Amino acid sequence: MDPVKITDYVGTGVIGVSWLMIALPLLGAAILLVLGRITNKWGHLLGVAMSLASFVVAVLGFVELLGLSEDARRQAVHLYEFIPGMVDMGLLIDPLSLSFALLITGVGSLIHIYSIGYMSHDPDRRRFFAYLNLFVAAMLLLVLSDNYVGLFIGWEGVGLASYLLIGFWQFKPSAAVAAKKAFIVNRVGDFGLLVGMFIIWTSFGTLAFGDLQGKVGEASSGTLTAIGLLLLLGACGKSAQLPLQSWLLDAMEGPTPVSALIHAATMVTAGVYLVVRSGAFFEASSTASLVVTIVGVATLLAGAIIGCAKDDIKKGLAGSTMSQIGYMMLGAGLGPAGYAFAIAHLIAHGFFKADMFLGAGSVMHAMNDEVDMRKYGGLRKLMPITFATFMVGYLAIIGFPFLSGFYTKDGIMETAMEHGQWMGWLAVLGAGITGFYMSRMIFMTFFGEKRWDKDAHPHESPSVMTVPLILLSLGSIGLGYYLISDNRFMKFLAPAVGLPERLPEFHLFSTTTVGLSSLALVALGAGFAWYKYGKSEVPVLAPRGSFLTVFARRDLYGDALNESLFMRPGQWLTRIAVFFDNRGVDGLVNGLAAAIGGTSGRMRRLQTGFARTYALSILFGAALLAGALLLVGNI
Amino acid sequence: MTTQYLILSGLIFAIGALGVLIRRNAIVVFMCVELMLNACNLAFVTFARQNGNLEGQIIAFFVMVVAAAEVVVGLAIIVTIFRTRRSASVDDANLLKY
Repeated sequence: MDPVKITDYVGTGVIGVSWLMIALPLLGAAILLVLGRITNKWGHLLGVAMSLASFVVAVLGFVELLGLSEDARRQAVHLYEFIPGMVDMGLLIDPLSLSFALLITGVGSLIHIYSIGYMSHDPDRRRFFAYLNLFVAAMLLLVLSDNYVGLFIGWEGVGLASYLLIGFWQFKPSAAVAAKKAFIVNRVGDFGLLVGMFIIWTSFGTLAFGDLQGKVGEASSGTLTAIGLLLLLGACGKSAQLPLQSWLLDAMEGPTPVSALIHAATMVTAGVYLVVRSGAFFEASSTASLVVTIVGVATLLAGAIIGCAKDDIKKGLAGSTMSQIGYMMLGAGLGPAGYAFAIAHLIAHGFFKADMFLGAGSVMHAMNDEVDMRKYGGLRKLMPITFATFMVGYLAIIGFPFLSGFYTKDGIMETAMEHGQWMGWLAVLGAGITGFYMSRMIFMTFFGEKRWDKDAHPHESPSVMTVPLILLSLGSIGLGYYLISDNRFMKFLAPAVGLPERLPEFHLFSTTTVGLSSLALVALGAGFAWYKYGKSEVPVLAPRGSFLTVFARRDLYGDALNESLFMRPGQWLTRIAVFFDNRGVDGLVNGLAAAIGGTSGRMRRLQTGFARTYALSILFGAALLAGALLLVGNI
Repeated sequence: MTTQYLILSGLIFAIGALGVLIRRNAIVVFMCVELMLNACNLAFVTFARQNGNLEGQIIAFFVMVVAAAEVVVGLAIIVTIFRTRRSASVDDANLLKY
């Protein structure tokens, strides 16, 4: 089944005012930033209220959408003419955009609430909530916009919010550098997205999703491949996929709620959204969709390998995020059969990864902001709620039977196996590595001996932090089953992204090769982690490690590659330019001036001030003239 | 005849030029300049006589007028310099240099 036609909304329900979803958090951000210090006392409450209000609008819109018939589940809400004759700004309310809107506002609100507690000692808490609200508004614009221009504005907006929040503690040089890095790497991706949009505009004369429907086939296959690859470049930048992955691990310099909201649950999934939303281009070009799956597979393995060697709990989780988004990207590259699993995994991942990031934040909060897992250990008894919720997230991500990740990740792997054995098996291998690095994290943090610093006094976090954890872990338990069983989510998304010709069968516990082998590999990975980090003692100082460990610890030499391939040549180029400017351009101008100055400095010595010298030179001159005249014989 | 006049004119001019170059006293230098001018006048008049026309004589008058004007201005300058510096040496008035 193809996606249904986008129609203009004519009703009088909540969908008509769905712009409120974007406007409310934007208003919140504006109030907090413009009024400044006056709002310090209640700023965080306003931030939470705006986010919650946005969530309420999203839920009401969702309810209204469910009340419509399947053929009418894609509603475009016209707002205003943005660029006359080119872009009409409007919102597209369909199952895909609303799924994202619910995730963003739902998980976003929980993280807002958690931040009240987490940032309670920070003098700049108000500014933090202003940026969070700005992020929510921009992210909602990204997913709700009914054209690429609006999407791009949101895209840049979340990039800005991400930059501001990674560098929130800008007095730390590492945070400032990480923010800059994220911003610059993202610009590379934005370049791809922009050029992709240019080509769409020149090929189809429109950037609106509604007008593009059914027109994609008009372009040549080369054009479609170019559009697909350029959009993928944009997606890679935002979603930290190879080769633009390097910024995500450094982005963990930001406060932990930021890592949870922006760099795990929502913003980094924008790339997956872009690929699914532009699905028509990828379906029309087998090259482009193949590259999407290759990028996905490569990233899911790279992220998993990086995750295995990180001692920083947040960086371990960041590697895992990369890896999980790799799964989503793989799913998104598989066409309508994979879209639903990709988005379902995205939503489930939004819950369990936010859950674990906030859990990690809770642990850090208790351990004086220590992030080195080698200095944790034995925390399960002191932080029972954090431990229990983290455990749920952990079981969900490794695909423990009947939890969220089990169904969503399995779906992606099964679909991948149908498309190509190699990608299927690599995805299964990635699942096994996930089992290892996540178990390693659990054993190092919550089990084993205490390896704390002397002045660490771990304690359970306040309820304003634990309640969001509990809610997120509840989502991590049941959401996967709910979305995948009876292909519920696939059918729900069908109006927006289409339906594959053959629906996958749902099993409560699948006994296919993929299902069983991935479970076996996960068990193997977890067992190995237990052998290395549970049974034997964890050294407080990281051992030197084998070549492989160092390889993973250095992020697979991604930074080194970027530095030697782009940064150093760039520096050389600037140095050459500076040299040319100093010596060439300036040298020419300065040299000319110096030559004239020097010559005249010597010439002026001729002016001695003695009148008789002048008289003598006049005499000589006259004699010379007379001699010359005589010589030419004019006299 | 003409040759003798011209030789005299050349001699007077040479004396004047030499005086300008080697004497320090501004008054003497000034007088030497007058010598050179008058040597030129002599040459003009000599040529006028030889060619039988008046142009050279007219120019001699012009030179005299200019010389008179020059004497007025030049002497005024020399007197002023002498008043301020108590010296009429041309080598002492050497401020106008690099």
